Amino acid sequence: MILFWVALLAISIVIYLLLDGFDLGIGMLFGLAGSAADRDTMLNTVAPVWDGNETWLAVAGVILWGAFPVVYATLLSAFYLPVIIMLLGLILRGVAFEFRHRAARQFRWIWDVSFVGGSFAASFMQGVTVGALVQGLEFTDGVYVGGMFGWLSPFSLLCGIGLCLGYALLGATWLVQKCESDVRDMARRQIPALALAVLAFLIAVFAHALITNLPIMHRWLDRPYLFVFPAIGAMAAVVLASSILHHNDRWPFAAVAIIFGAAFGTLALSFWPYMIPFAITIDEAAAPHSSLAFMFWGEGLFIFPLMLLYVAIGYRVFRGKVGTTPGHS
Amino acid sequence: MDATALLLSRIQFGFTISFHIIFPAFTIGLAAWLTVLEAMHMRTGRPVYQALFEFWLKIFGVAFGMGVVSGVVMGFQFGTNWSVLSKMSGPIQGPLLSYETFTAFMLEASFFGVLVFGRKRVPPWFYLFSTAMVSLGTTLSAFWIMTNNSWMQVPVGYVIQNGYFVPDDWTKIIFNSVVWSRFPHMLLAAYLTGAFCVAATGAWYVLRGDYYAESRVMLRMGLFLAALLIPIQLVFGHLVGDYVHEHQPAKFAAIEGRWHDEQPASEVLIGLPDPATESNRYEVKVPLLGSIIASMSLTSKEVGLADFAPQDRPPVLIPFVTFRIMVGCGLIMLAIAWLGSYLSIKRRLRRNRPMLWATFISFPLPFIAILTGWYVAEVGRQPWAIYGLLRTADAVTPFLTAPAAMTSLVLFGAVYLFIFSFGTFYIYRLLRAGPTRLAVASSHGASPNRPMSLADPEFIRSGYTSAGE
Repeated sequence: MILFWVALLAISIVIYLLLDGFDLGIGMLFGLAGSAADRDTMLNTVAPVWDGNETWLAVAGVILWGAFPVVYATLLSAFYLPVIIMLLGLILRGVAFEFRHRAARQFRWIWDVSFVGGSFAASFMQGVTVGALVQGLEFTDGVYVGGMFGWLSPFSLLCGIGLCLGYALLGATWLVQKCESDVRDMARRQIPALALAVLAFLIAVFAHALITNLPIMHRWLDRPYLFVFPAIGAMAAVVLASSILHHNDRWPFAAVAIIFGAAFGTLALSFWPYMIPFAITIDEAAAPHSSLAFMFWGEGLFIFPLMLLYVAIGYRVFRGKVGTTPGHS
Repeated sequence: MDATALLLSRIQFGFTISFHIIFPAFTIGLAAWLTVLEAMHMRTGRPVYQALFEFWLKIFGVAFGMGVVSGVVMGFQFGTNWSVLSKMSGPIQGPLLSYETFTAFMLEASFFGVLVFGRKRVPPWFYLFSTAMVSLGTTLSAFWIMTNNSWMQVPVGYVIQNGYFVPDDWTKIIFNSVVWSRFPHMLLAAYLTGAFCVAATGAWYVLRGDYYAESRVMLRMGLFLAALLIPIQLVFGHLVGDYVHEHQPAKFAAIEGRWHDEQPASEVLIGLPDPATESNRYEVKVPLLGSIIASMSLTSKEVGLADFAPQDRPPVLIPFVTFRIMVGCGLIMLAIAWLGSYLSIKRRLRRNRPMLWATFISFPLPFIAILTGWYVAEVGRQPWAIYGLLRTADAVTPFLTAPAAMTSLVLFGAVYLFIFSFGTFYIYRLLRAGPTRLAVASSHGASPNRPMSLADPEFIRSGYTSAGE
């Protein structure tokens, strides 16, 4: 039962990373678009699905609360300011979808700014929290004692920038898949730069982990099989490079998605069996059986597959390239 | 624990939840109304239903967006500010709210995209189905939220183990009379909100002498529905009062403004409760009525606040005043709905301008009633977060500092004020502009022929909606 909920939590987080990842990434690239028409096209690639994408954050959040309440309570309170700023970012970018085309043309920039700024704030703060987790929060006897700014470090800020770059890369590959002409060409030009930046970031992270001798490094040395995931990531990077060179529209997104999956797998397995490294294990954090079973027999067994089905239907209804001008969808 | 951080957290929770509830209150009713309109259009083919559907869908879109983003905040705020509560009651509240996200959030989010962008991409039956699914989603969401909140009001079906509230009987938690009086009470409140907003819009157009067919449908459907539902709502309101009387005597005494035990009890209609003297100033009382309302008896003894130690009493003024505002709004709404429906049946409503004005300006009433109703429930529950088990003061994140709580409160205040101002302004502008004219709407197609131009505010959506035009 516990493993089932760990698996569902992991799946939800990966789906969130991939779906809201491209969504937030497009938000950050939005400011770089050349023309108003390009911006409209970019928005059209995510407008029908952003709401569902963001919902996976809520899904991951409530699974965490229901199945691992200690982790939910500890992480959210320890990451107080990053979580609040992330939520405010998501609010500002979320309402921009609807408000932007309700606004008079001369005020549309307000929502363009809030869309870009909100996307940046949310992505950055998510990266910061992941970075702080990797670096390790301060615990005494399973109770967080790091205070309001325990998450703040050069490393966590670096991870914030890294995730922004990663999401932007994912967003650019989504644009290549969903768009034609101008927007696609722009995204194709951005991908190599973003990919190199992400690579540089990963090297910096490894260097930092080595130099400061992070506890997580020992786990990699103890568990050499963990290098399977970086290897998969590296292969996906090769696919990305070749698909960009050959002007393939479909593979870049898949390749970056695999890189994201590999990165998540690396982290998750190097934390294992800890949920908050290295303070609270999965078994310690798990809710009582009666809670897990109640969730399992309803939402786990039936509704979760159904949710995947809705998402599939949603993406199927809006499949294909998005038109650049009215009348050609 | 930092007392200022506690106070700021409470203000923040109250502020963000008050802001949030306005939008679901509006969209639950609107989603149901949209489903009815779409079904009527499919059945009758009358273009007026389609014009109204397209019109209200735009308003729904703006309100729904604000509801979604402010709702995500709620799901995380338990953890950020109330970590002790969310840890201890996580085994019960976590699963309940996870069912909310799984059954409702996802349903709404997925089919909302189809609703707004998919008109031309899916067959008509699937479009109607999507509308119904959005409506079902909003309703399920309300159900799980009410189940969760009812457990905090009247905790049942649990045992305490190692400082956790561990569920031992989920049927008690979900199928108890508290949930099943409070959930209908909230759902009816949401339907009434939708009905009054629709009727008020209809009245506005009649006053302007515009949109004859649309205003007729809106006025009639809105007022008739309200006239039918308000009496039912009063019954459920009474049932909610019964649970408070049975399970939360201190809250009941605060609502009633009853300081000392009385037998038989009188009912304080108005007054100003004064905790210092433990009495009401300027009070107007009706003898016996207190016992009748509370226990359906002429002789019952009713409990006063002085029976509870001062640290176990809720603040009196807020529940006392907000309860009276809620009931007052309900009674005014009843009068408007019944009189308006009567005039409408007699075909005299359209010429009766005072009545049209009354209907028009009545739209804030259901919102005020919902907000004040929640203040009665939540402030009246104090000093408890989980009634009788966990005090609010012990539920807050222990290491939260006042500056951090202040920062988040100020940020929430600024951002919410910003989006709320624009959101209401955009909704107002949509309402003022009115539905697409029937003359342009096609009567048999699945979508109106909107004139397309780059200046059209719908331009952005046209990438999806304009296929084949």
